[in-house]
Amino acid sequence: MTNEQVRQAVLDIIADIAPDEDISDINDAKPLRDQIELDSMDFLDIVLELRKRYGVEVPEADYPQLNTLASCVTYLSPKLKNK
Amino acid sequence: MGYFVKNRVIYRKFQAKSEQNKFRMNTLSRVVITGVGLTAPNGNNLTEFRQNLLNGISGVSTIETHYMGNMIAGVCNFDPLKYQKKKDVRRGTRAGSIATYCANEAILDSSVDFPNQDKSRIGVYIGITEHGNVETEHEIYNISQHNYDVKFWTHHHNPRTVANNPAGEVTLNLEITGPHYCIGAACAAGNIGIIQGLQMLQLGEIDLAIAGGVSESCQTFGIFAAFKSQGALAEHSDPKKASRPFDKNRNGIVVSEGGCLFTLERLEDAQKRGAKIYGEIVGYAINSDATDFVLPNPERQGECINLALKKAGIKAEDIDIVNTHATSTPQGDIQECEMIRKIFGNCKTTFINNTKSFIGHCMGAAGSLELAGNLPSFSDNLVHPTINIDELDESCRINNLVMHKPHQAESVNYILNNSFGMVGINSVLIVKKFLSQ
Repeated sequence: MTNEQVRQAVLDIIADIAPDEDISDINDAKPLRDQIELDSMDFLDIVLELRKRYGVEVPEADYPQLNTLASCVTYLSPKLKNK
Repeated sequence: MGYFVKNRVIYRKFQAKSEQNKFRMNTLSRVVITGVGLTAPNGNNLTEFRQNLLNGISGVSTIETHYMGNMIAGVCNFDPLKYQKKKDVRRGTRAGSIATYCANEAILDSSVDFPNQDKSRIGVYIGITEHGNVETEHEIYNISQHNYDVKFWTHHHNPRTVANNPAGEVTLNLEITGPHYCIGAACAAGNIGIIQGLQMLQLGEIDLAIAGGVSESCQTFGIFAAFKSQGALAEHSDPKKASRPFDKNRNGIVVSEGGCLFTLERLEDAQKRGAKIYGEIVGYAINSDATDFVLPNPERQGECINLALKKAGIKAEDIDIVNTHATSTPQGDIQECEMIRKIFGNCKTTFINNTKSFIGHCMGAAGSLELAGNLPSFSDNLVHPTINIDELDESCRINNLVMHKPHQAESVNYILNNSFGMVGINSVLIVKKFLSQ
C-alpha cells in the first residue's frame, strides 16, 4: 500500500466506526478525537478492524501512534507495505 | 423495640394487609395505559397494525440465517434511525433498537410532557424471552471466519448481551435515570413486563412506566434449529399461511421479532394531565406449571386465568375478548382450547381470537403486541379475526372463535390476554375499557 492508500484505509474504517460523522475535511495533523466523536470503545473498534481487514496488530503501548491521521499513516505504512 | 422485633411487627401488619388484598386490586392505585409504541411484522404503529389485523393481512415473510438459509419468519421493517444515531445502532443490539423505537413511539403517543418529566421517576420494564443469543451467534460466526481465533471477538459482546440490554438502551437513548431492567419469562414475558410496570406504579416507586416486551429471536438460527429438532417449526410453501393456529394442517411455530411498549400511569396522574386512556389494567396473574420444561399445562393455565378474574373481581362471562396464546403447534393449541372451553364455554358474549396467525410468534413481545392489537376494540367494538383457518381442527372447536373476518360485538368492556411460556410460566392480563366517571 502507498501512504495515500493507507490513509484511505484508515478513513474507511473510521467511516464505519463513526457513521454519523462527516470525515470529508479531516485535518491530518490534528488529533482525530478533537475532530470527530470517537471514544475509547470506538478506538478499540479501529484496532479490531485493522486486525480483521489487514492482519495488522497494534499493541496497547502503540495506541498513541494512532492519535492523528498523519501519525496513523506513519505508524501503519511499514506494516501495510506489502498488503 | 429492637430492630428485628419492630420489623416483624411491621411485616405482620403487611401480611395482614396482603391477605386482605389477595384477590383485590381496588385498594391499590388504579393504573391505566396512556401510550402505545410498537413494531410488528405487519405494522410499525398501532393504527397500521390494527388496520392489518382487521383486513386479514399477514406480515410473515422470510429471513436469511447463518447455517440454515432462508427461513419463514416475522421480520419488522421499522426504521431504527428514526430515534437512534447510526453509531448507537452499530454498537447496540437489535433488541435494543426495537425497544428504543417502541419506547419513543409510546412516549410520543402518550403526549406526556417528556422534557419536563422527572427522569428519575420513570421506570423501564421489558419482558424478554431470552437475550444475547443473536449477538453470541454472530460473534461465533465472525470468529469462524478467522479460524476461531478469539482475538477477533468484539469487546462489545458484554454490553450487548447483558440481560438488561434492551431496557438499558432505552434509558441511554431517552436519558432516563430511573430503574430499568428486563424480565426473563419466556413467551409469557410481554404480559409480565406490563405487570411489573403496574406494580412499581402501585408501590409508588415511579410515576411513569415504559413497560411491555421485545424480541429479536428470529435474527439467529438457534431458535429455528431447536424448534425444528423438536418438530415444532412451521413449514408452508406460502410464508403468510405458515402460522395457522387451530387449523387442521398447522405444523408449528413461525418465529418472529417485534416489540410493544406501553406508557403506564396511575389513573390520577393521567387524568390530571388530561391524557388519552386506552384502558385500565384491572386484573393479572402469573403462575408456574411445575410440570415440564416444554409441554404446557392447561390446568395451570386455567388457574392463572381464574386468578386474574378474581383479582379483577369479575366473572368469565364479563370478558368480551379472549386473545389466545395458541402458537400453531399441534398439541399446544388443543390444550389451550380445552382449557378455554372449560372456563368460557358457556359465555355467550365472550369472543376468542388469535393474533399469531398474522405475525407469527413474537416471543417476548407476543403478550404486549397481542394486547395492543386488541385495545382499539374498546372504541370500535370489532374483534379482529384469526386468519389461516382453512379447515378448523375439530379438537380446536370453541364457541365464538372469530375466524376469517372481524366480528362486530355489541360492546367490548373487558379484554383478557393469555401469554404462556416454556419451563412452565403463565401470565394473564385483564384490561377494562376506561369510562371517565
